[in-house]
Amino acid sequence: MDYLVEAFRAAFDLIVALDADLVEIVGLSLRVSLSAVLIAAAIGLPLGAAVALFDFPGRSAVIVTLNALMGLPPVVVGLIVYLFLSRAGPLGVLGLLFTPTAMIVAQVILVLPIVAALARQAIEDLWAEYREQLVSLGAGPLRAIPTLLWDARATLVTALLAGFGRASAEVGAVMIVGGNIDHVTRVMTTTIALETSKGDLALALGLGIVLLLLTFAINGAAEGVRRFARARMA
Amino acid sequence: MTGRLRHLPPTSAGAFADAILPCRFAGVVYEARGKRLIDGLDLEIVAGPRTVILGPNGAGKSLTLRLAHGLIHPTAGRIVWQNRKLDGAGRGPRRQAMVFQKPVLLRRSVAANLDYALAVHRVRGTARSRRRDEALARTGLTAYARQSARTLSGGEQQRLAMARAWALRPQVLFLDEPTASLDPAATHAIEEIVQAMHAEGCKIVMTTHDLGQARRLADEVVFLNRGRVVERGPADRFFERPESQPARDFLAGKLVW
Ligand SMILES: Nc1ncnc2c1ncn2[C@@H]1O[C@H](COP(=O)(O)OP(=O)(O)O)[C@@H](O)[C@H]1O
Ligand SMILES: [Mg+2]
Repeated sequence: MDYLVEAFRAAFDLIVALDADLVEIVGLSLRVSLSAVLIAAAIGLPLGAAVALFDFPGRSAVIVTLNALMGLPPVVVGLIVYLFLSRAGPLGVLGLLFTPTAMIVAQVILVLPIVAALARQAIEDLWAEYREQLVSLGAGPLRAIPTLLWDARATLVTALLAGFGRASAEVGAVMIVGGNIDHVTRVMTTTIALETSKGDLALALGLGIVLLLLTFAINGAAEGVRRFARARMA
Repeated sequence: MTGRLRHLPPTSAGAFADAILPCRFAGVVYEARGKRLIDGLDLEIVAGPRTVILGPNGAGKSLTLRLAHGLIHPTAGRIVWQNRKLDGAGRGPRRQAMVFQKPVLLRRSVAANLDYALAVHRVRGTARSRRRDEALARTGLTAYARQSARTLSGGEQQRLAMARAWALRPQVLFLDEPTASLDPAATHAIEEIVQAMHAEGCKIVMTTHDLGQARRLADEVVFLNRGRVVERGPADRFFERPESQPARDFLAGKLVW
């Protein structure tokens, strides 16, 4: 029991003192996952909107694929990105393996299907509702896409938060392509795994608490957005 | 003579230079899932009189409006507007507008809903805010400008849909049962706006299942049954001396089919 109390006290000390290692690790985690979400949003939102609006050969295959990829196992993504970026791989010359960039790439692949699939669903529903009115006003598809993205903003922000939650909590992909190198590619989840196995529970627990708080914050924000949407956007 | 006419300044043609009416339906057929829902419709929509389309449920009234407005396209036959180039659906600003039974409002403020429609019509800057404020004032929505459109009551939402149509200064306004889900006061407000738009020269084409409303608003009636025009004529004559048996049954409140 003392052992647990001791570990928690040490963890809180690290957080309260803004321990340099802890801050650096949290900072890198946020940088990697936020970058991944932003890139996934830039690609996934217009992609989801385009799939929602346009009919093209293979459209249902794209939808099924996006939905299936939402549950992609992070370790498999890590493995595939590793194969591409490793020295002998097709993109090996870029020298990206074991860098934060490689971790961002892997997380983009994890988050993109979530963002695109949820955006596609939300925008398709909204398009069914808006379609005739927009045609009536004379708004073509090129104007419809930004209109729908903006009017689905509550759902889309929730999708981005879900993507951020997945990115910041996953360990498999960043472990493989980042290599968990101290001061270079060490993020919250990989550090927790490593420190726990080494028996250094203070840092592991401290990061675990931060990660938990982050998860609560994400879900709190998502709930806030939902309430706002219910009240203002019916 | 023709040479001189051709060189007259365009203002001499005034309001007519960009007129989109009349609109002519010639043998229009619309089929969906193998069913012929509009069955060889011939119809001319001319500028001026308020046209009310009547008919039993499922007669094809809504489909006729949606065909005319370009939301759906005929399976066969033709719909020709006077100046088609000016007014293709999905090709920029349109000279016609439509108000639906259930208003479709963007998830934005009341004012932003009007700004959006005006932006699509390439109305910018001070002209846009002037037309937006004018439309709000004329529909009694000024106090709601900053409120989210979707939090308005049903009647206010439909007034906003009317304001949006009005702001666009259409030559033709199609209304598909615009008051079907409204209470009498809200219905009255919508009818007033319809009258005001008509007084400004906007052609009104509407459907309704409210015969009282049809009597109040119609100058002419087009009576549809089973996807065809059964009868059309001045409203007074239609209500007093309907010529066809289906129309007589309809006015007597007996269901046709
Ligand atoms: N997309 C569709 N597919 C099949 N049937 C339809 C479709 N749209 C309308 N209908 C049918 O066409 C008929 C005419 O519809 P409508 O114009 O809405 O009638 P109303 O005169 O009551 O407005 C109805 O029987 C309706 O069920
Ligand atoms: Mg109808």
